[in-house]
Formats: sequence, structure tokens, C-alpha cells
Amino acid sequence: MKYLILIYSNPASRAVWEGLSDAQRAEGLQRYAALNEDLAASGELIVAEALADPSLATRVSVRAGRTMTTDGPFAEAKEHLAGFYLIECEGIDRAVGHAARVPEAAYGLVEVRPVLDLNGLGLDM
Amino acid sequence: MSTATEVEGLLRELAPGVLGALVRRYGGFDTCEDAVQEALLAAAVQWPTGGVPGNPKGWLITVSSRRRTELWRNEAARRRREQAAALLAPPDPEPVPAVDDTLTLLLLCCHPSLTQVSQVALTLRAVGGLRTAEIARALLVPEATVAQRISRAKQRIRTSGAEFRLPPQAERSERIAAVLQVLYLIFNEGYTASSGSALHRVELTGEAIRLTRQLRTRLPEDGEVAGLLALMLLTDARRPARTRPDGALVPLAEQDRSLWDAQTIAEGVTLITETLASAPIGPYQLQAAIAAVHDEAARFEDTDWRQILGLYELLGSIAPGPMVTLGRIVAVAMVHGPQAGLRQLAAAEADPALAGHHRVHAVRAHLLDLAGDQEAARACYRLAARRTLSVPEQRYLESRAAQLTPPSRA
Repeated sequence: MKYLILIYSNPASRAVWEGLSDAQRAEGLQRYAALNEDLAASGELIVAEALADPSLATRVSVRAGRTMTTDGPFAEAKEHLAGFYLIECEGIDRAVGHAARVPEAAYGLVEVRPVLDLNGLGLDM
Repeated sequence: MSTATEVEGLLRELAPGVLGALVRRYGGFDTCEDAVQEALLAAAVQWPTGGVPGNPKGWLITVSSRRRTELWRNEAARRRREQAAALLAPPDPEPVPAVDDTLTLLLLCCHPSLTQVSQVALTLRAVGGLRTAEIARALLVPEATVAQRISRAKQRIRTSGAEFRLPPQAERSERIAAVLQVLYLIFNEGYTASSGSALHRVELTGEAIRLTRQLRTRLPEDGEVAGLLALMLLTDARRPARTRPDGALVPLAEQDRSLWDAQTIAEGVTLITETLASAPIGPYQLQAAIAAVHDEAARFEDTDWRQILGLYELLGSIAPGPMVTLGRIVAVAMVHGPQAGLRQLAAAEADPALAGHHRVHAVRAHLLDLAGDQEAARACYRLAARRTLSVPEQRYLESRAAQLTPPSRA
């Protein structure tokens, strides 16, 4: 089963991050590095990325065949997606175990979503 | 001159024997497996244009022995040459006498110290003779992920102390059960809707059937091995009718049965009939028997639901599980009417494994539809569509809901 671990950011979590000492910040990054390493070593990691600040986002819309773009920053949303892990593992319990190691989990900002697959065996029942 | 496809087929057949020969001669499953993988790659490039050598297995053994020696040397160098170079045996150009290694390899690749995803990847490479890139495409994950799973799996095998030989008789049946589970997983992995990305994928259902056939040759008396092979054949036989040209899946009730593969059905039916008569009964055999009853009905209306119900009851008594319960409830509804099915479904939902499961909503929708309660059926189809984890299933459930939508009133 594939799962997406979503990591959000909000003003409170940003304030916490900004208030940390260099050593504390290094420790947080160290925890990310360890998680990345373990997920890669176990063959469960598919991809993981951190996203640039939402002020760098570009919105895209197509009207009458014409592509139009609007550059950020946009009116601040309270929470935004800051990064994600796409993993494949044996079940939701294991996925939750990995998600719990994301430092932001301490602030309730981590979510696990199952990914849809292409299996259609269920229809033959 | 052979086509690339013929070469691929030949390489997959030869792979486990070559690997077995190497491991028996040199030990060290890990390095030998890497060496064989490289020899297979070389053959896949050279043979289609340069021609297949007179003794292809001998060629593969020689090339992978040489490669193994190089790998071994590199490793030894890394270990500061702790080991005496004298231990390097010169590669023996004579192919080893044919000893069957497929079973030993399967059991090693499905070793209990490995996670199931690793067992799948390692089995496909070491026994199936597939290359890492092919496995990655087939499993829809990046190549690096598969490579990592395989190297991690081999590392685990090494540290667990597992060896390349048949496990003691006392462990044998449990270990074979794990192999069957992996083979069925590979089959299911392949039993997906066709899509653009499927075009250049190794056909995993075919690969699972091929490996299960090989296992059956080694264990002809094992009823569950035969049962699993029959189940795969009887399921795969319906494949031509399962997908519409636009990729949408067609449920069993609506399939054009003239498209089913009659020859494969005949093989599966014969196999399961003989097995049920001679072997101790098991869950794969019962699932195969249920598939056989479906396959033998010329039209959906001709399905012998009483027999299917009896088989599900037996299956539920020896191997209970949430999906078995739902299958039985569908059969109950077909035999005793949708209301009887709906009552049993309400009771079954008390099981936490079923509560809120999308299949419960899908089965309820189907039974409500049969009972004529279209509005409730529509709501349940929608709920099931929202909660499923499968794209084709979602598409199917949404279209069922849409078909039940009454003409809009102005």
C-alpha cells in the first residue's frame, strides 16, 4: 500500500521553529535525516520533498485555451503544505509509525492519506 | 536469430538454475545473486543480435561466475584483503549437473525475516529472472526503491543466518504457505486495470502463474499449491472480458462470457476437481472451487449459487476473514433473497474489521439495488465510491450510482 505523509505548517509552528536555538534546529533536521535514511534503507521510500514557501507559488488557470498565471503571495491561508513523503509499506499502522517520527507531529501538523491503486480484483467477488 | 521476447523467456527459465549452481558452488547468496543479475543483463543485450549460445545455461554460469569473482575481489579488497586470495576458486566451465534449485530459492526469497514487499521484489528477481528496472515498472515504484528493497532483503537473509538449503521438515509447511502468499500477491499486483503505464510492463499475472507452475512441478502432492494455481488460472481466464476498451472494469455479472479463455478454464477446472478429490482441503482450493463454479456458468443467471454458498460456508469455517464473510453474504442474497443478505450484513458489521469498510457499503448498495430500493442503493454506492482505495472500483461504483439517478425533475 502506498501512503502520502503530508506535513503542514502554520503560524504557530513557524514561530516555534524561528524561536529554536541553532542546536535545537540542527537536532530537528537530524531527525528528518534519520527518518529519510531509514525509509530509504528499508525500501519503503518512494519520494520525499520539502516545498518552497507558499509566497513562491504560481496559480495556473486555463480559460478558452489560454494559460494564465498569477504569482504569489496570496492571502495567507492558515495552514499550508510544507512537505511530503510518498512511501509504500505494509499497512496504515506502519505508515502512522513513520509519520509519528516527523518533528511537526508534535504540533498535530502531520497527516497520512492512503493512495488509490489500480487493483480491481474486488469487482470479481 | 531469436527475438528479444524469446530471449527474455529463456533467461527467466534459466535464472533460478544458474543462481542455484553458483550459490552451491561458492556460497554467499548475496554476491551470487548480483552476479547472476549482471549476467542476465549482458545476455539480454547480446543474445537477440549475436545469437543464443549453444549451451545458454553454461554461458550464464560462466559469465556470472566470472562476475562473482570480480565482485568478491572488490569486496575482499574493501575488507583489506582479510581473506586469502587462494580461496578464489577458478570458475568451472562445466555446468553443474541439473539439481533443482527453484524450490530452495523460493523458500529463501520468502524467508520470514523479510517484509512482504521485499519478498515480492526478491522473488521476482532471483527466481523470476526479472531485472530491477522491469520489477520497478511492474510494481509502479522507482527503480531505486526496488534496488534498495532487494539489497536490504539480501542483507537481512545474511544476518538471519538463513542458508541456501531446504528448511527442516517441521518448518516446511509454514514456509511454503509464505511462498504461496507471495505468489498470490504478485498475481494480484498484476491483476490491475490496463492503462497507459501498463503497456511496457512485465505481465505479473503471467509471471505469478509461471512461478506457481514451477512450484507445483516440485510439490505435486501439495493440495494448496495446486489450489492456488487453479485459482490463478480460473481468475485469469476471465481477463479478456474484464476490461472495456475505455479501460473501465466490467463486474462478473456483466462480463461477456464468450470472451473467457475456455482452454484455461478447462485446465483450472480439471486441476481443482482432481485436487479436491485427493488432497486435504485448504483455503486456496476452496477459493478455486468458487471461481470454478462461476466459470462453469454459461450465463450469470445460470450460476449455481447454492454450491457457492456451501463453499463459502466451508471456507468461513476453516479460514474466516472479512472478505470471506462478504462473499458468503452475497451468496446468501442470491439464494435466499436480498433481504436475508441485508440482515446478515447488518449483523456482520459488528466485526470491527468490517465496520465502515467500503466493501460493506458496496455489497449493501448491490443488495438494496436487488431489493428495488434504488434511492438507498444510490447513497450506498456513493459512500462506497468515496471510501474505496482502488481507482477502477471507484469508477465502477460511481457509474452504478449514476445509473440509479432518477431523471431530474424541473
